[in-house]
Amino acid sequence: MYALRRWSVRHARGLNAFYRGFEALLVRMGGVLRAVGPERVERPVAAVERAVKGLLFDCRMCGQCVLSATGMSCPMNCPKTLRNGPCGGVRDNGNCEVKPDMKCVWVEAFDGARRIPGGLDAMQALQFAVDQRLQGRSSWLRVVGEKSTAARP
Amino acid sequence: MRFDDEPVPGYPLPILPGHTSPGRFERVLRAGAFAVTTELAPPDSADPNEVLARARVFDGYVDAINATDGSGANCHMSSVAVCALLTRVGHAPIMQISCRDKNRIAIQGDILGGAAMGVCNMLCLTGDGVQAGDHPQAKPVFDLDSISLLEIACMLRDQHHFQSGRKISFAPRVFFGAAENPSALPHEWRARRLGKKIAAGAQFIQTQYIYDLELLKSFMTHLEDLGLLDRVFILAGVGPLRSAKAATWMRNNVPGMHVPDALIARLAGAADQAREGRNICVELIQSIREIRGIHGVHVMAYRQEESVAEVIERSGVLKGRIPWYPGRDATS
Repeated sequence: MYALRRWSVRHARGLNAFYRGFEALLVRMGGVLRAVGPERVERPVAAVERAVKGLLFDCRMCGQCVLSATGMSCPMNCPKTLRNGPCGGVRDNGNCEVKPDMKCVWVEAFDGARRIPGGLDAMQALQFAVDQRLQGRSSWLRVVGEKSTAARP
Repeated sequence: MRFDDEPVPGYPLPILPGHTSPGRFERVLRAGAFAVTTELAPPDSADPNEVLARARVFDGYVDAINATDGSGANCHMSSVAVCALLTRVGHAPIMQISCRDKNRIAIQGDILGGAAMGVCNMLCLTGDGVQAGDHPQAKPVFDLDSISLLEIACMLRDQHHFQSGRKISFAPRVFFGAAENPSALPHEWRARRLGKKIAAGAQFIQTQYIYDLELLKSFMTHLEDLGLLDRVFILAGVGPLRSAKAATWMRNNVPGMHVPDALIARLAGAADQAREGRNICVELIQSIREIRGIHGVHVMAYRQEESVAEVIERSGVLKGRIPWYPGRDATS
């Protein structure tokens, strides 16, 4: 929902902090997830992720979430799905070139990133081209899988 | 600028140490000359002579010609084909690659194919949205964005493999560039975004039209603050405005165009508006040349290409230099 999406950007700092805590919790549960089998929980977790992030960010389930590096403004809502910053077509009122009634998601991202400690530096990281195979899959599980595997002795 | 190893037209120059391409454009920039580029409007036609005739208009005034890739999301002859025709007569054009119409499989193929034909320069663009052009019913692709395109392009050239990891036996030898629009929002982030493009591999930048010098100057100051000045060759985009009416139309309809009211008023008050537009362009080039960190101008004169020579001549930026063109050295 557009209004809620914009609310999320204005509350980027709190949402980012909440996510950090949530992710740490999930990583600690990494052993349990591995025991159950990530593929068995993929569908229910992805459904929850879709519902929660869909509501807050109009998430498109690209499967490679970068919200923490985009000021909590989902770059997949950009009609060009740009993941590395705004195009040159941003209108003088800060709205999108393609959808004139929508605020540019990167103007929003810049706003959100300034609210997150270290947010502007995070936005400076190069985001590689999306892997289209991950579309629809849970980003949370992927991150937890990577981090809990890396943390294992 | 003449090089003592000028090859047979159609064959590239040898690559100098520290260069990534065998092109004249990279040589001119690295030699410290103020470079001039322009763009060729690809014809709505399958006649090769139309391309060559359109290129001849610029003979002796430009160091490289951009071949646009469906600019403004309008359908024209492809940039790959225009480049193929231009390289046949010895030009080393700047092939524009837009992410709007092709996915990474097609784009990587075009980079190899373009380089094989003798294209030494490629400009990596995101591209205008399809809503801006004559086929709004088309499917926009945007599999990559300009920055991931740069990363993949440099991967082909420097690491000799496709994004998939599969080896390339002979890597493309290309000078890669990107675009930037210092006039677009968010202004504070434009210089940082250029930093991302440099990190991704951009070697030269051609900007969108600059009509507001103050915006360009603050952008350049911001670049300096970030330590990015002279890390990349920057060519400022300029172009003559045909009339106050055309300027207003462009401001409202061309994505990313920023024309100050004062300029439109100046045009409206002139007896010969087209001439005043060229005067403004000459003045802009002369002011831009003085800005530290600017290495050239990119003159865009859509449907008034014949004015490019006049504008460059009057601005004096070539300082008597005659850039290469087919046949330049035949008479001397």
